Amino acid sequence: MAVREGLLSLLREGPRHGYQLKTDFEAATGGVWPLNVGQVYTTLERLERDGLVGVVDSDGQKIYSITPGGTQALGEWWQAVPIDDPPPRDELMLKVLMAIAKSTQDATGDHALAVITRQRTMLLTMLQAKRRERATQDTTVAATLVTDALVVRAEADLRWLDLCEAHLGAQHAVTKRKARS
Amino acid sequence: MSDSVLEFIDVVKTFGRGSSEVHAVNGVDLDVAVGEFVAIMGPSGCGKSTMLHLAGGLEDANSGRVRVLGRDVGDLDLTRRAALRRTDVGYVFQRLNLLPSLTALENVALPLELEGVGGREAARRSVEALAAVGLTEQLKRYPDDFSGGQQQRIAIARAIVSERKLILADEPTGALDTMTSDSVIALLASLPQQFGTAVVLVTHEPRFASWADRVVFMRDGEIVDQTAPATSTIGALA
Repeated sequence: MAVREGLLSLLREGPRHGYQLKTDFEAATGGVWPLNVGQVYTTLERLERDGLVGVVDSDGQKIYSITPGGTQALGEWWQAVPIDDPPPRDELMLKVLMAIAKSTQDATGDHALAVITRQRTMLLTMLQAKRRERATQDTTVAATLVTDALVVRAEADLRWLDLCEAHLGAQHAVTKRKARS
Repeated sequence: MSDSVLEFIDVVKTFGRGSSEVHAVNGVDLDVAVGEFVAIMGPSGCGKSTMLHLAGGLEDANSGRVRVLGRDVGDLDLTRRAALRRTDVGYVFQRLNLLPSLTALENVALPLELEGVGGREAARRSVEALAAVGLTEQLKRYPDDFSGGQQQRIAIARAIVSERKLILADEPTGALDTMTSDSVIALLASLPQQFGTAVVLVTHEPRFASWADRVVFMRDGEIVDQTAPATSTIGALA
């Protein structure tokens, strides 16, 4: 979880107290990543322990600011790329691969096709819901970009399902040809 | 009369004969309600374009019934089918099918004039239809003077000028860039609310299909699923 770096990024803009960090974090992430105050303070304590933030008391309130070490850690985070460096593992992929493996055993492909069909329908249902949400809601830039990310990922999953189906179709054609010869 | 604009009842359409016979559409049932926007998706050769040809009377079903506005398309002779396409069913294709020797305005007015609507009235309604698709200027220019997206808008204006009840759109964004495609699909999606027109869109793009009220999935000539709460394949997966 990148909450730690998210807080450092906000502190890079200027010192803040804990509750302010919570609300600014939630606004920046389009409201899709709610934090509880306890989680914010626990993270700040760890950042302070690691020398990445400093804290001062001001009128009985703790005000946090980023240290040079924190700025350096944040810089490294900006440079790092969050990719699934192999292997990519997610539930959809696992489910479809298992279904294809099962279909290879029983040689029909029917089960895998049914799984692919179901996943495709539900992903399209999600896309429809997001499209309607966007049409009816007055929303922030951050929330729009979060929705865009979900939509684009769903589209990528749908394209992958198309490839799986094409692969199954080709496999099925080969099986039929072998059975005939 | 039912509130269906388009009904497929156990429709079968085959091409070829003997060992090369292909079931392009194989026992399909589908209802499209007044003002409904339905997208049909599926891999190449799944039968989705054939569905549109059957709906417009461009192809005949081998068995089953295709009903448009309560009329059995199979019972209509060629003249009545042509009249149906002129008055009630509009087409928007990937290829634009605008007549290059007619201006934008004349292209849109053409179906009205074929219906016998007077020139002045046809022009007035055509200007309105073009305005509805966002074109208000340079209407006396020829199709080649317009961009691809604008030409597709002219084609949609022509499809809606006769207050049609049903628009059939076959990959209408195939030749367009992403931004223009989005605006063309948004325009199609607005027709049900604006005019009560039902729209059937054939597409392979999920992002365009997501504009629809309902997405129907085809494979090997059959409807295998659709995005409606009542439909589920979940029981078949164990």
